[in-house]
Amino acid sequence: MAPREGVPRGLDRALPVWIGTALALVVLMGLPLGWLAHMSVSGESGYTLARYRDVFADPALQKALWNTVVLSFWVGVASVAVGAPLAWLTARTDVPGRGLIRGLVLASFVTPPFLGAFAWVMLAGPNAGYLNRLWRAVTGVEAPLVNIFTMPGLIFVVTIYTFPYVYIMVANTLALIASDMEEAGAILGAGRLWVALTITFPMVLPALVSGFILSVLQALALFGSPAILALPAGFHTITTQIWSLFQFPPKVEMAAAFSMPLLLATIVLLWLQKRLLGRRGYAAVGGKGGRRRVIPLGPWRYPALGACLVVMASAIFLPYGILAKAAFSKAWAQPLTWDNVTLGNFAFTFFQYSATRDAVVNTLELGLLTATVGAGLVALLAYIASRRLVFGYQVVAFLALVPVVIPGVVLAVALFIAYTRPPFVLYGTLWILFIAYLTKEMPVGYAQSDATFRGIPPDLEDAGRILGAGRLRVLGDITGPLARSGVIAAWCFIFIGVIRELSASIILFTPNTKVMSVVLFDLKEEGQFGAIAVLGLLMLALTFATVTLVQAVLGRDVLGARD
Amino acid sequence: MPCRALALLLAAVLALLSPAPAAAQAPPAAAPAAVLEAARKEGKVVWYTSLALPSAEKVAKLFEAAYPGIKVEVNRTGSQRILQRVMQELQANIKNVDVIHTSDAGHFVLLKDKKLLARHVPSGVDVFPAGFKDKDGYYFGLRATVNVIAYNTQKVTAAEAPKTWKDLLDPKWKGKLVTAHPGYSGVISTHVLALVHLYGWEYFQQLAKNSVMLVQSAVDPSGVVASGERPVAVNGGEYTFYQAKKKGNPVEIVYPKEGVPLVVSPSAIAAFAPHPNAARLFTDFSFTKDVQQVMADSEGLYSGHPEVKYPADKPKLGELKLLAPDPEELEKRSEEIKKRFVEFFGA
Repeated sequence: MAPREGVPRGLDRALPVWIGTALALVVLMGLPLGWLAHMSVSGESGYTLARYRDVFADPALQKALWNTVVLSFWVGVASVAVGAPLAWLTARTDVPGRGLIRGLVLASFVTPPFLGAFAWVMLAGPNAGYLNRLWRAVTGVEAPLVNIFTMPGLIFVVTIYTFPYVYIMVANTLALIASDMEEAGAILGAGRLWVALTITFPMVLPALVSGFILSVLQALALFGSPAILALPAGFHTITTQIWSLFQFPPKVEMAAAFSMPLLLATIVLLWLQKRLLGRRGYAAVGGKGGRRRVIPLGPWRYPALGACLVVMASAIFLPYGILAKAAFSKAWAQPLTWDNVTLGNFAFTFFQYSATRDAVVNTLELGLLTATVGAGLVALLAYIASRRLVFGYQVVAFLALVPVVIPGVVLAVALFIAYTRPPFVLYGTLWILFIAYLTKEMPVGYAQSDATFRGIPPDLEDAGRILGAGRLRVLGDITGPLARSGVIAAWCFIFIGVIRELSASIILFTPNTKVMSVVLFDLKEEGQFGAIAVLGLLMLALTFATVTLVQAVLGRDVLGARD
Repeated sequence: MPCRALALLLAAVLALLSPAPAAAQAPPAAAPAAVLEAARKEGKVVWYTSLALPSAEKVAKLFEAAYPGIKVEVNRTGSQRILQRVMQELQANIKNVDVIHTSDAGHFVLLKDKKLLARHVPSGVDVFPAGFKDKDGYYFGLRATVNVIAYNTQKVTAAEAPKTWKDLLDPKWKGKLVTAHPGYSGVISTHVLALVHLYGWEYFQQLAKNSVMLVQSAVDPSGVVASGERPVAVNGGEYTFYQAKKKGNPVEIVYPKEGVPLVVSPSAIAAFAPHPNAARLFTDFSFTKDVQQVMADSEGLYSGHPEVKYPADKPKLGELKLLAPDPEELEKRSEEIKKRFVEFFGA
C-alpha cells in the first residue's frame, strides 16, 4: 500500500477506528453508571439524599449490609485457609496427584456457584440432606451434622467455589519464587515448617492478601448462593435485597442508592489490592530465574493428598454426584432403586417445558455474540493501550478494567435504568443482556488480551509499517495471526462467563429473553429439583467443553503460568 | 364425559411425541369462524401463569392439540413476580402478555382499576358461582385451591400431626416447619390475609419463632415435605400436596376445622394483548368443562364449574369451612402483608 498523497506524515489514517473504539467504551460505561448515580439522588423535586437516608435507616437493609460484611470477610479468610496450603502443596511439594488436584481446582473455578449451592441443599439440608441422613443412620443422633441453611453453611458453599482465586494467586507466585532463600534457611538449620513460616510465607504475603481481596469481592457480588441458602433461613444479603427491591411496586431508586455501598466497597478493595501488588517490594519475585526445589513430604504425602481430596469432594465429587442422581431419579431424596430411576426429568426439561429450548438458544446466541464481539473489542482496546495509539490510552486501559468493580446486580440496576428510557430502549431485547455481559466480562478478556499484546514485540509491526502498510493492515496481517491463540483464549473466558451469568440476568430478563441461569432460578423457586439437575448438567457440559477448547488452544491449563 | 378428557390428554401426548401436531381435535366450543381465523393468523398466545409448571404445560399442550397452528407460550412464575413483570414491561412499553393468570385476586382489582384488562366473558362461565366472577366481566376464576397443613407420614404420626392452625405454634415444631412466601405466591398472600382475619398478626409473629424454613412458591412446600427436609408444611396449595400424595410420596393433608383459606385464581386478557383473538380462544378453552375436569382429575384442583367431578378421596369444597378474603382488601393490604411477613420471618 503506497502512502497516499495529501495525508500529513505522522497522522494515523486508522485514527477514527481507535477513537471510535475508545468512545464506545466510554458510552458503554458512562451511561449506566451516570444514570445509577443520578437515580440514587433524584427526588420528586430536584436532588436529595433522602434515598440514602431511607436505605441506611432501614433496619432490614442494615441487617442485609451486615450479613454481607460477615459473609465476605469469612469467605476471604476461609478461601485463604484452603487455597494457600493447596497451592503450596501442588507447587512445591511431592504430594501425589498434583496434576489431578490442579485439574479439580480448575473444575471448581468454572463451576457456577449457584449450581454448587443448589447441590449442597440436597447434600446438607438439615433433615433430607444426604449427608445428614447418613450421619443419622450411622450414629443414631437426631440432631443434624450440618445445616446448610445458615450463615456458616453459606460461607462454606461460597468458599469452595471461591478459594481457586487464592490458589491461582499463590500458585503463580510460588512458581516465580526461587528456592534459594528457602534453602539458605534450611542450611542455617531451620526446620521445614520454620522455613515455610519465616521465608516462604512473607514472600507470598502480597499474593495471599490479593487473593483474600479477590475472594471477598466474589462473595460481595454473589447473588445465586445467598438466594438459595440465605433466603430459606430468613436472611438477606445486599445482592438479594437489591433484587427484592425490584418486586412490585418496584423501588428502583432505593435499589440504586443501596447499590452504592456495594460499589464503593468494591472500589476501595480493588484499590487496596492494586497498591499491595504495585509495591513489588520483593526482589525475589518477578523473574523466572533460579531453581525450585521440590519439598519431600515424607510420611505426610498421603495425609496431604487426603486433605486435598476432602476439599475436592466438597466442591466437585459430592455436588456433581448428587446433581447426577437428581437428574435420573423421580424423587431425589429417595434411594436410587429401579423404581426411582427415570428419564422423565430429561423428557420434561427438553420436550415439555417450553421455556428450556428458547433459553438454551438465547444463552448460546448471547454467548457466541458476546464472546465474539467482546474478544474483538478487548483485542482492539488492548492493542490501542499497549501501542499507545490514542491520547489518553491509560484511560482506555482503566475503563476496560472498571467493570471489575461493578457487581452484577448493581450493573443490572444501572442498565435497567439506562435502557428502559430513550434514547436507548433496549429492555425486553437480547441487546440489554448483551451489553450487560459485554460490560461484565470485559475485564477478564482485557487482561488476557493485554498479556497477549505485551508478549508480541512491536518490531515486526514496525517492519511492516516501514514497508508501507497502514496500522490496520499490519494489525490484520502481522499482529493478528501472532495474537490468535490469546484472542481465542479471551473468547473462551468471555463465553464461560456469559453462560453462567445469573446476578445481572435475573434483573434484566423478560419472558422472551430468558437464559439458562434464569430458567434454573425459576425452577428453583418452584422446587423442581429434577429439571434443575438436568439443566445444570447441561450447563456444566457446555462449560467443560469450552475449557477443554481453551486448554487445547493455549497448550496449558487456564489457571495461569506453570513451568 | 371423562372419555373426552382422556382423548384430549392422549392427543397431547401424541402431539408431544410427533413434531407435527397429530390428531387435531375439533374445537370444543363453537368458536366464531372469524375469531378462529384471526387467532390462526396470530399464531400464538402468551400466557403468564402461576399454575404449577407441569400443570400449566399440560393445559397448553391440550390447547395446542385442539387448535393446531396456535402455540401457547407458557411463562410460569409466582403470582407476585407476574404482576411485577407485567408492570415492568408496561413501563418499558413492551407489549408481550396476552393472558394473565395469578392466584392473587387483588392483582386483578389493581389491573382493572388501571384499565389494563380487556373485558371478556368466557363462554359457558355463567354457570360458575359468584365468587368466581367479576361482576363487570373482566376476570374469572380459572381454578381454585385451599391452603392446608400437610405432614410427612414417615416423620410424623397421624396422632402427633397438627390438627389446627394454632397447633403449629407449639414449640415442639421448632425447626420442623416450612412456609411459602406471600412476596412470591398469590396463594400464600391470600392465606396470610385469611389467617390475619382469624388470629391477627400475632399468629405469624408467634409462628416465626418456630424457625420456619422459607421457600418461595406455594408449590414448593409439598416437595419439601415429601423429601422430609421439613416434616410439616404450614401452608401451600392443597392440589400440590394431593399430587405428591398420589405419586406415592409419604404426604398426608390436614384440613383445619377453623377453616381453610380459599384461593380463587383469576384469569384475564390484557387490554394491550398482542394476540387478542388467540387470547380469547385460549381463555374460552381453559374454562370449558373438559379442561376444568382435566385440572380437577390430574392436578387435584377445584373448579367453579358445577358439573366437574372430583376424585373420591378429596373433600368437596362444600364440605370445608372456607375462608375467602375479599380481593379489594387483598389489593389494598398487599404491601402490608409482604412487609410484615418479612419483618417476622426475616426475608
